[in-house]
Amino acid sequence: MTDKNENQLFHHALRLGDDALILGQRLSEWCGHAPMLEVDLALANIGLDLIGQATHFLNLAGEIEGEGRDADALAFHRDVLDFRNCLLVEQPNGDFAQTIARQFLFSNWQELLMQEIAAAPEPRLSAIGAKAAKEIAYHAKFAGEWVVRLGDGTEESRARMIAGLDWMWRFVDELFDARDGAPSHRPEWDARIAHALAEANLELPKPRRGAMGGRAGHHSEHLGHLLAEMQFLQRAYPGATW
Amino acid sequence: MSAVAELSLKDRIFEILSQVPDPEIPCISVVDLGIVRDVRGQTLVITPTYTGCPATIAIGNDIRAALDRAGLSHIEIETTLSPPWTTDWISDEGLAKLRDYGIAPPPRGAAKHSLRGTAAKCPRCGSLHTEEISRFGSTPCKALHRCLDCREPFDRFKCH
Repeated sequence: MTDKNENQLFHHALRLGDDALILGQRLSEWCGHAPMLEVDLALANIGLDLIGQATHFLNLAGEIEGEGRDADALAFHRDVLDFRNCLLVEQPNGDFAQTIARQFLFSNWQELLMQEIAAAPEPRLSAIGAKAAKEIAYHAKFAGEWVVRLGDGTEESRARMIAGLDWMWRFVDELFDARDGAPSHRPEWDARIAHALAEANLELPKPRRGAMGGRAGHHSEHLGHLLAEMQFLQRAYPGATW
Repeated sequence: MSAVAELSLKDRIFEILSQVPDPEIPCISVVDLGIVRDVRGQTLVITPTYTGCPATIAIGNDIRAALDRAGLSHIEIETTLSPPWTTDWISDEGLAKLRDYGIAPPPRGAAKHSLRGTAAKCPRCGSLHTEEISRFGSTPCKALHRCLDCREPFDRFKCH
């Protein structure tokens, strides 16, 4: 990794890979626990897509870095301070509505970002972006439909959807942070979110001071617990393969 | 190497790999599925269907083993993501095999249209009177549908 551009590309790929990896791991926690079988399959499939995307992005990051690290090394042999994912993806699943809120906010952002990356000049990044964008379109649609179903559902589901969105909303600003996010996508993202919430008969959550820091390695307490489980095997038996 | 010899190597490799089934949908070969893309020089170019498809590694291993068995262990395998795979890469024969197997094939050009595409045709009774139960099915590439006439549930290959 020699010049500034390569260094930027490394960090870019790392952020994208970490976002996908951590959310994929979070979603896998639902496996066997979702409210019904179809939702269980959907959440597991979305998690699988994200882990697949993470593999591509982290392999690319390792390739650019040129120190022999691949996706597995980056996923399993880094500690919490070295992860560059946004705070949103590491938030606990909470109840089903909170998980849906997180997915709804994230997938709509990730889809816009991947569409941009797919059209970008860097061929290795754009190839992954083009592939990912098609998968994420399904994720955004799934989450958006559940926001409407829960928000415009029973008193109970509505209250939970509002609480879930309210909890996750503080992590939105970080997605659009000018230093490394994609602030230009904010208007379209806002429009998508507003459209779905209107259909769900929900109001936009109240503005909150945005929580930041994930991109600099300053994570919430939750990430360490997630990594403890995800990395257990490689920590106990370094280099184990099967 | 002459163009004729190149062509025959490519034909030979495609012929060999047309006997390698997809591990999750064994009715269809990796060639029919559009995973096997090209032969350039001594390199076979393949592409994954879905980034998270757990069968990707198994498919790579199966292709390697088939080439080795045919005495083509010198052929390198290269994976490319671009242009991304879509369901339009599935051959006509592949679509027919999916239908016979009980999986409603994706409509042509689906990637360019909406995620749901047109109404799914029941692979058992042929009815178009069907509904989607879940957009995510037993594998990343399938969605779950139900026929409202014969009442049977069925998988549909997702438009992608």
